[in-house]
Amino acid sequence: METFLEQVNKEIHGVPLQACYHCRKCTAGCPTAQHMEYNPNKVIKMIQNGKREQVLNSKTIWLCLSCETCITRCPNQVDIARMMDVLRQMAIESGVGAKEKNVLKFHEAFLAGIKRGGRINEPMMMAEYKLKSLDLFSDVLLAPGMFMKGKLSLLSPRTKDIKSVKDIFEKTKHS
Amino acid sequence: MKVSYYPGCSLHATGKEYDQSMKSVSSALGIELQEVDDWSCCGASSAHSTNFDLSIALSARNLISAEKNALDVMVPCAACFNRFKMAEHHLKADKELKTKIEDVVGAKYQGGIAIRNPIDIIYNEIGIDTLIAKIVKPLTGLKPVSYYGCLLLRPPEVCEFENYENPFMMDKMMDAIGADVKNWSYKTDCCGGSLAISKTSIVVDMCDKLMSAAKEAGANCVVTACPLCMANLDMRPSSKLKLPVFYFTELIALAMGLAGSKETFKSHIFNPQPLLKKLQLI
Ligand code: SF4
Ligand code: SF4
Ligand code: SF4
Ligand code: SF4
Repeated sequence: METFLEQVNKEIHGVPLQACYHCRKCTAGCPTAQHMEYNPNKVIKMIQNGKREQVLNSKTIWLCLSCETCITRCPNQVDIARMMDVLRQMAIESGVGAKEKNVLKFHEAFLAGIKRGGRINEPMMMAEYKLKSLDLFSDVLLAPGMFMKGKLSLLSPRTKDIKSVKDIFEKTKHS
Repeated sequence: MKVSYYPGCSLHATGKEYDQSMKSVSSALGIELQEVDDWSCCGASSAHSTNFDLSIALSARNLISAEKNALDVMVPCAACFNRFKMAEHHLKADKELKTKIEDVVGAKYQGGIAIRNPIDIIYNEIGIDTLIAKIVKPLTGLKPVSYYGCLLLRPPEVCEFENYENPFMMDKMMDAIGADVKNWSYKTDCCGGSLAISKTSIVVDMCDKLMSAAKEAGANCVVTACPLCMANLDMRPSSKLKLPVFYFTELIALAMGLAGSKETFKSHIFNPQPLLKKLQLI
């Protein structure tokens, strides 16, 4: 059977995580490391030690902003940003789900919006996120102000060939 | 010159000031824009955070559509730019993936067109001298810091943008239009945009840090080239730290005296008009 490390390396499809010599440059530059329970280079160590459940069920992987600072600074080109994507996808596919539930709910609302209209209609997407997350009382992108300023409209144009977009979702669905 | 134009979803909604000013500046500088036929969303961070194949396929659908125009494609949103460059990178590096994605999209990907950000097009194709020659009202008194954010620049071998640790093209343009651009070391720091809605409190702190740094550098405003950076910096900082935030194209349009150039300031969340009035720029 493949180890957790081998599985992650296969999906990253680039420099293997063994290249990391734990200099912690990635963590030093990571804007959300202070909010993570395991910082980026700790996650690599945990993967090397086979701590699958703990990693997939961590807040860390959902608090990564994909800002790509880590890979830019890593002396060994270890692609931590891509690793975080891989781990999030594994958490979803394996049924572990997301420790930071609202982050995933936001992504789901966003993708549902693309599937529906080909393009994001911001007010509709926000409404869907609010319903999914039950996070009803925070700002809603400050919506009343945005409508008044004419920024948001419920009727933005959609992609005409919407079937081609739906097909993409269908064919890339998690198995 | 003529280029394809991929506005992306934001430029039709929260980022409409960017779309409007981009179009008028392009036309005044002789850049003809041809919109990508029947484009769809690039997938943004929600696609790549949850499903790699989906993220590449959504971007590939648009790149393939853009290829029909056989022109470089201008991508004003840094997030879309990043997703397109990332898709191009993976499709060119991995033949197996390319075959798989072509099957998903139902069309062939050629990879023959350049994906370009408007900063690069205006700076490198039009040039600073042409820009200076068209300025009718230098923006004297405006002191911006330029904010490039993450997604135009990183990872550098994918984005292929100049000087990824200390970019300068936007600074040079601000200088060209008569603004007193301030130097600061936060040009490429992340503002937290991708978690703005689902983890707002973390993001407020990140934006506050940026605004404080801008003030310390002596700036009276921030200039950006991304609708997501704009939305975040315009809405999220604590009220006592807020500064007006502009798209670089809005300021170029104003300095060129283009028709409608004063209109886009009206829909910013943090109203920049008092500053512009005080400086007698509007
Ligand atoms: S910067 Fe690279 S080598 Fe250093 S700890 Fe991070 S991943 Fe490992
Ligand atoms: S991409 Fe994620 S892990 Fe890397 S520095 Fe940014 S937030 Fe941290
Ligand atoms: S990144 Fe944003 S604006 Fe660009 S296409 Fe995707 S959702 Fe739309
Ligand atoms: S919105 Fe913020 S997080 Fe996104 S690219 Fe711009 S700077 Fe980075």
